[in-house]
Amino acid sequence: MTDEPLLRVTALSKYYGSRIGCEDISFDLWPGEVLAIVGESGSGKTTLLNCLATRLLPTSGTASYRMRDGQWRDLYRMSEAERRFLMRTDWGFVHQNPADGLRMTVSAGANVGERLMAVGDRHYGNIRSTAVDWLSRVEIGEERIDDEPRAFSGGMRQRLQIARNLVTGPRLVFMDEPTGGLDVSVQARLLDLLRGLVTDLGLAAIVVTHDLAVARLLSQRMMVMKNGHVVEAGLTDRVLDDPRAPYTQLLVSSILQV
Amino acid sequence: MSTPATDIATYNFAYLDEQTKRMIRRAILKGIAIPGYQVPFASREMPMPYGWGTGGVQVTAAIIGPDDVLKVIDQGADDTTNAVSIRAFFQKVADVAVTTETAKATIIQTRHRIPEHPLTGGQTLVYQVPIPEPLRFLEPRETETRKMHALEEYGLMHVKLYEDIARHGRIATTYAYPVKVEGRYVMDPSPTPKFDNPKMHMSPALQLFGAGREKRIYAVPPFTKVVSLDFEDHPFEIQTFDQPCALCGAEQVYLDEVILDDKGGHMFVCSDTDHCETRQACGHRGHLSPDILETAR
Repeated sequence: MTDEPLLRVTALSKYYGSRIGCEDISFDLWPGEVLAIVGESGSGKTTLLNCLATRLLPTSGTASYRMRDGQWRDLYRMSEAERRFLMRTDWGFVHQNPADGLRMTVSAGANVGERLMAVGDRHYGNIRSTAVDWLSRVEIGEERIDDEPRAFSGGMRQRLQIARNLVTGPRLVFMDEPTGGLDVSVQARLLDLLRGLVTDLGLAAIVVTHDLAVARLLSQRMMVMKNGHVVEAGLTDRVLDDPRAPYTQLLVSSILQV
Repeated sequence: MSTPATDIATYNFAYLDEQTKRMIRRAILKGIAIPGYQVPFASREMPMPYGWGTGGVQVTAAIIGPDDVLKVIDQGADDTTNAVSIRAFFQKVADVAVTTETAKATIIQTRHRIPEHPLTGGQTLVYQVPIPEPLRFLEPRETETRKMHALEEYGLMHVKLYEDIARHGRIATTYAYPVKVEGRYVMDPSPTPKFDNPKMHMSPALQLFGAGREKRIYAVPPFTKVVSLDFEDHPFEIQTFDQPCALCGAEQVYLDEVILDDKGGHMFVCSDTDHCETRQACGHRGHLSPDILETAR
């Protein structure tokens, strides 16, 4: 671990006209750290994530990212070409709906291989063996490599999406409700897998979720959002075991106990 | 420009009005300046349906002059409906000389083939293009494909070739095979068989591509590098044929399969009719040529 953060966000705000998307968000993200952003629907967590991933331009504020060469770059001042290159090499984005992040009409192998080909890999055999390797790491059998994601179950699609994002060895992964729409047993397996991969690869991740259990399992640190503002931030266990803000207390107490 | 001495004096020379031709020529010049880049242009209605070569016809109309000699081919043949009607069209509206001989033509408008006879400097090959965007079937958004061209993000093109190998064990794309022009733009060489791709590389002739429905013009200037995309372990290769042309005995040319009867009989003949006839006139014979059959009888 280095003594410098990976991502530095300062006073980030995004307005949709006069309405607030998110307002005055500041935090640092360290290498290998998983940050969960929790909150109810409409609290601005996805807006924040999209701003950070440069899928949306914020109204004001800055976000700087430490590139692989150690240089700090302002994300919103980079050229589009650089940003897109960053997004398909050093970053990953896991969508809630796998169909948004996958190419549904090409095979699983090509889905995993696309990023490799995009950075200039031109050896079919190597691309294919890397794809086989990654599919096995996300528990998809080698015999499914030539099947289209359309033939996959929801959980498999989500795992394929994760493999597709991790194949270039990114340092930062954005996840938008990665377990949304999956049943609990599949969710548990996926979380287990994600936790393993994040630890093995030393990934930093920003996970948006409304599910406090996901935050508890995956993240070291969390931010609780309401109406576009961060109402509480801190270590995940501290926030969940000893919530200070009234809203967080409400959120924690509304978890259903089985 | 002078009006041809016919009774259709209401038409400007080569059908299009001069302002339209200027607009198309500007697009062509821009295309030549940026090899392989798809230049948008204000495609006009032509007196033929989209898909019949309206793009190629507009390009030809914009560059043709009274001294030009025009050849029109459709899949290599000079005598099919599309070729005959476009040739007749330009005879009527531009009163230009026409030919079927590749070497004599100054402008060759083509649908899907490059003539077997090598092209020379000063000749212009005009392609009729149905879908100019090589990334279209992988990325349906035009905004996105333009961005990918602008930022040179061509990884997706290899995804298609990857899929071919994964499904068929080899690159099964046989036509509209993507090429990289002068190390920059990836281009769809129109639905020509990949057999013709190597002929585009460093060709002394000017190659112009017109897509009427899609409103795009692009170009490959003479002596430009045109490289077919491939993988290191699956290199680009062209089609090969087991037998020579049944009529003229030519080898290393592109052959069409012709069905002879309803009992499975077929033969392979040159797709380039002019090349085949020229060879036959020089005394070359294939095993199904009429003379050979006559002697056998």
